[in-house]
Amino acid sequence: MSNIDSIRHVRGESLFIDDVTLPEGVLYGYVYYSPIAHGKIQKLDFSSALKSEGVRGIFSAKDIPGENQIGGIVPDENLFAEDTVHFIGHPIAVVVADSLIHARDAVKKIKGEFKKLPATFDPRQAAKKNELIIPPRTFEIGNVDQAWGNCDYIVEDSVESGGQEHLYLETQGSVAIPIEGGGIKIISATQGPTAVQRTAARVLALPMHKVEVDVARLGGGFGGKEDQATPWAVMAALAAYKLNVAVKLILPRQEDIRLTGKRHPYSSDFKVGLNKEGKILAYQATFYQNAGAAADLSPAILDRTLFHCTNSYFVPNVRATALSCRTNLPPFTAFRGFGGPQGMFVIESAIYKAAQIMGVDPSVIQKKNLLIEGDEFPYGQKVVQPHAKKCFYEIETRFSKNEIYRKVKEFNSENKLVKKGVAVMPVCFGISFTTTFLNQASALVHIYTDGSVTISTAAVEMGQGVNAKLRIIAAKSLSISEKRIKIDSTNTSRISNTSPTAASKGADLNGFAIINACKILTERLRHVAAEELKAGASSQIEIKDEVIYHNGEKTDLTFDQLIQTAYRNRISITAQAHHSTPDIYFDTKTNKGKPFAYHVYGTAIIEVTLDCLRGTYQFDSVKVVHDFGGSIDKVVDLGQTEGGIAQGIGWMTMEELIWNDEGKLLTDALSTYKVPDVHFVPKEIRVHFLENVPNPFGPLNSKAVGEPPFMYGIGAYFALLNAMRAFKPDLKINFSAPLTPEKVLLSLYS
Amino acid sequence: MIKFILNDQLVETSVLPTTVLLDFIRKEKKLTATKEGCREGDCGACTVLVGEVAGNRVKYKSVNSCLMPISDANAKHIVTVEGVNNSVLTPIQEAMVDEGGTQCGFCTPGFIVSMTGYFLNHDKFEIDKAVDSIGGNICRCTGYAGIKRALEKANGAFSGNGSQAKTHLEKLITNKFVPQYFLDIPKRLKQIPAIPTKAKSKVVISGGTDLYVQKWEELVRSNADFISADAKLKGIAKTKNRIRIGGAVTIEEIKNSNLLQKIFPHWNEYFNLFGSMPIRNRATVGGNIVNASPIADTVNILLALDAVVHLRNGKKNREVALKNFYKGYKTLNKKPDEIIEAVSFKVPPRNFFFNFEKISKRTFLDIASVNSSIYLELAKRRISVIRISAGGVAPIPLYLAETCKFLKSKSVNTETVLTAASIAQTEISPISDARGSAEYKRLLLRQLIYAHFVKLFPEQIELPIPNTNERN
Repeated sequence: MSNIDSIRHVRGESLFIDDVTLPEGVLYGYVYYSPIAHGKIQKLDFSSALKSEGVRGIFSAKDIPGENQIGGIVPDENLFAEDTVHFIGHPIAVVVADSLIHARDAVKKIKGEFKKLPATFDPRQAAKKNELIIPPRTFEIGNVDQAWGNCDYIVEDSVESGGQEHLYLETQGSVAIPIEGGGIKIISATQGPTAVQRTAARVLALPMHKVEVDVARLGGGFGGKEDQATPWAVMAALAAYKLNVAVKLILPRQEDIRLTGKRHPYSSDFKVGLNKEGKILAYQATFYQNAGAAADLSPAILDRTLFHCTNSYFVPNVRATALSCRTNLPPFTAFRGFGGPQGMFVIESAIYKAAQIMGVDPSVIQKKNLLIEGDEFPYGQKVVQPHAKKCFYEIETRFSKNEIYRKVKEFNSENKLVKKGVAVMPVCFGISFTTTFLNQASALVHIYTDGSVTISTAAVEMGQGVNAKLRIIAAKSLSISEKRIKIDSTNTSRISNTSPTAASKGADLNGFAIINACKILTERLRHVAAEELKAGASSQIEIKDEVIYHNGEKTDLTFDQLIQTAYRNRISITAQAHHSTPDIYFDTKTNKGKPFAYHVYGTAIIEVTLDCLRGTYQFDSVKVVHDFGGSIDKVVDLGQTEGGIAQGIGWMTMEELIWNDEGKLLTDALSTYKVPDVHFVPKEIRVHFLENVPNPFGPLNSKAVGEPPFMYGIGAYFALLNAMRAFKPDLKINFSAPLTPEKVLLSLYS
Repeated sequence: MIKFILNDQLVETSVLPTTVLLDFIRKEKKLTATKEGCREGDCGACTVLVGEVAGNRVKYKSVNSCLMPISDANAKHIVTVEGVNNSVLTPIQEAMVDEGGTQCGFCTPGFIVSMTGYFLNHDKFEIDKAVDSIGGNICRCTGYAGIKRALEKANGAFSGNGSQAKTHLEKLITNKFVPQYFLDIPKRLKQIPAIPTKAKSKVVISGGTDLYVQKWEELVRSNADFISADAKLKGIAKTKNRIRIGGAVTIEEIKNSNLLQKIFPHWNEYFNLFGSMPIRNRATVGGNIVNASPIADTVNILLALDAVVHLRNGKKNREVALKNFYKGYKTLNKKPDEIIEAVSFKVPPRNFFFNFEKISKRTFLDIASVNSSIYLELAKRRISVIRISAGGVAPIPLYLAETCKFLKSKSVNTETVLTAASIAQTEISPISDARGSAEYKRLLLRQLIYAHFVKLFPEQIELPIPNTNERN
């Protein structure tokens, strides 16, 4: 059965925010924002802007009827700056006009005067000034201080990893429409419909039931629309509420890049100790997270850095500390991996440096330390059914790891100005929101009298294929054809209190909720069938592939008739059900518990060719063995893996955010911020689905897939380093991503 | 009145001729499959096909509709995904679904359009060229693997049937790549008259690929002259011993010129590095020259060819050597009323050496950090003619006069090249910006000068390796 979303996409029939038919007289919003990184607003003069052609209103902090507060985890972020601006791009007002171009004209006429205050952009400097979003967090297991004495090798260094622009193809946007009774309907491209609803209600001083949020789909999210779709939706809602007319606010690309947060840049220190055999005995790390000017999701992201600081390895003694540092940049936010990649990059750097000193390939150390059953993570969870070794061994056998290494060596001995490099990257990623209460979902399943089915859940479709998966889960659960099933938009009036579609958990949580709802319906239908067939107990009835069986015998009762009968017998053919992930908990005081329902494992081997004359490179291949559990939809899962790898390699190589000394982003357009194109991606990507690894903790034995493959991209960094060292054996290694062609060339010839 | 065929429908409109085609399609015509992703020709979500009569058929080009004035759509066939859709999926659409070539779907219509354009223009499938056709389309979800598989698979559907069809287009229609109505398009287009050339206005728009990025809000409210279709500014011709390229010749036309490819064996590869195919289909050589970007690729190449700029103001003509055309950052030796009629250069003699190097963060669809071209002739094993250009290292597209002076009469060897590269360092003044630090650009130019000689004289150059006691 083909993916219905895909069919609409290829015909151009999928509607995004900018495609939705608008009510008569809709107005257009455009944001006026701070031109300086930190300072006091001395004067704001809207008078000539208000007189500008087509302008209907300008709204700022003083126009907010409720609270000027949009912070989620920590209430430290205003919708509009009041007296102080904290970053370039800090919204100050929204201008509403009869066309976008008129709104833009008007914004240019706003006269703002500012008094600059000292600004900080570096997280370590912020930490020195004690500018922390939350108190430092430390995860600890064993005793590192005692363990150093047992180590044969101790290696220390610093590691930098850059931020990353999401560059979802559809920019942030929403339409707000006033509805009767003083309410607002918001059509938003958000991963968190409830976050938009809750925040709009807070800002407008409305009860949540007066705000309805509807999400059809997103043109890409990657975490960038988990929290940061909210301000634009709320600004549109505020203007619509004030003017009592529909308002559309879509950020043009350059504003989207300037105004929204990105993946957190990190600056970190590590110290790792190993014995002669390459066993890691102790690991200590300090992570300085550049949080930007407000908390946003930074504290949760900080935690995930700690959760994944030892990646796929067992380390008996660990002390990892993380600091969320407040700077004068736009608040950084969720991005695929959610802090995990930043943590993993540091331990992989530590292993790389240790290997260099020990004179072995890093893969020797990686292999020696892979997780096995019963090992304990630094956060206290025990390792259950790990596939770390299985994946690694399959890389060796199926993809002939040693042969690849041999050929690379041979190539390098034959070529002077072109070198190849290869690296292995194991990944272990925990699945669940680490904020335990978010691990819940509900589903609403309607069966109509013609036998067609509509399903609503909290899951937001953003290209990750959750709708396709949920449809398969529902069809299997009701044992009916997928053709009968429609997955409806995500709507806060149909599904309340939604958790954001994030943490790779969309299909898991909502899939289980669907299974629960379908169980209720199936049970009711079996009762109806038993009565209709005068068959005694409902336990003797089975519905399979739309055929009704009695004691294993096919009956003449059709599924359509059964639905009709149920309706006429006044039996509800609608069900709502809830799901919460069982048996997970986490104590944020001791930082111990069992935060994850399960872990996803995999290993990649990555090859690169480096032009040592010009500093440019091309990835030859990425070969992956990945644990999908029992895949629900192989096309979707393969696409998530391939796409994640490309994005991960982009983060490690060419995607570079450059701010000037004033905190102004210089790479604020697609002409300066480069993401992988069709020519850049690896020439070959091969993904092997690890076989016979059903996951009892996922719907239909599946595993979550969204985030883990991103981290294979980290291998690209080390493959490149190896190619560079083949050219320049005494290369001075600075662990600093992205490893752009500029950094490559400068370090080859420094 | 502007008249064109939008998919199957004849459109007549009196909107301002500077109106952005994308806005017209989406807002006036409510065809929302074509998306706005960046408004700077860097993502391809707005890609449409522009079909133009060529003899008895129509030739299709992919363009970024976000940078195209509607005036240039006159008498053309504009194709969006809506105009490709059949009652069933086309083989391209089906392959994209089956192979996971679409995820969020926002970029997808642009890809389908580009891929359809490829099949319309090629009767023989070559995967590399097919991939080039989507080089201007950015996808953030799939990593392109599914899209590449879809291209191969769609080709399977094309090669399979319809061998009895007479023309390539009929074969595509038989195999459901495009709807039946495409057959009548040539006839229908021929009935649309050209727009008479207007009187002079202050704004002159050629391809518009840079102007619309810089100031679309201003342009869509201005009067303008459109010169990209001006026959007098078209054509690449050899006259006596010179090559003359009309000012409105597109970069793609330059790239595909048989005449130029015959002279310069790697010509096609150089121009592959310029923008993307949809940009090259619109951008013109005249536009590239007057835009005066210090890293303009075409200018860089033309500088090394010692090109001459032919300026015209009404009936008055004037010629300026390209290397004297730039007076400072974005200031030209050109009067406001002058337009670039053509650019010309001498046909190289039988034995000459030429090379173009461009380094950018992303190899394709990116702007150079540094680019450089070299033209060289040898006489009695010594350099008799030498011209080297360097972009991205000065406020203007630079001609490395001192470096060339040094190289003249020298023989090609490692020492000469190393010295030349260090002389080049004294001629440049790079600044740090989003395309790289000044330090990087300096190093890069050195490396590119090395690269020129390593590529042209591999036997004669032995570069010092940073560390020779190599272990792998």
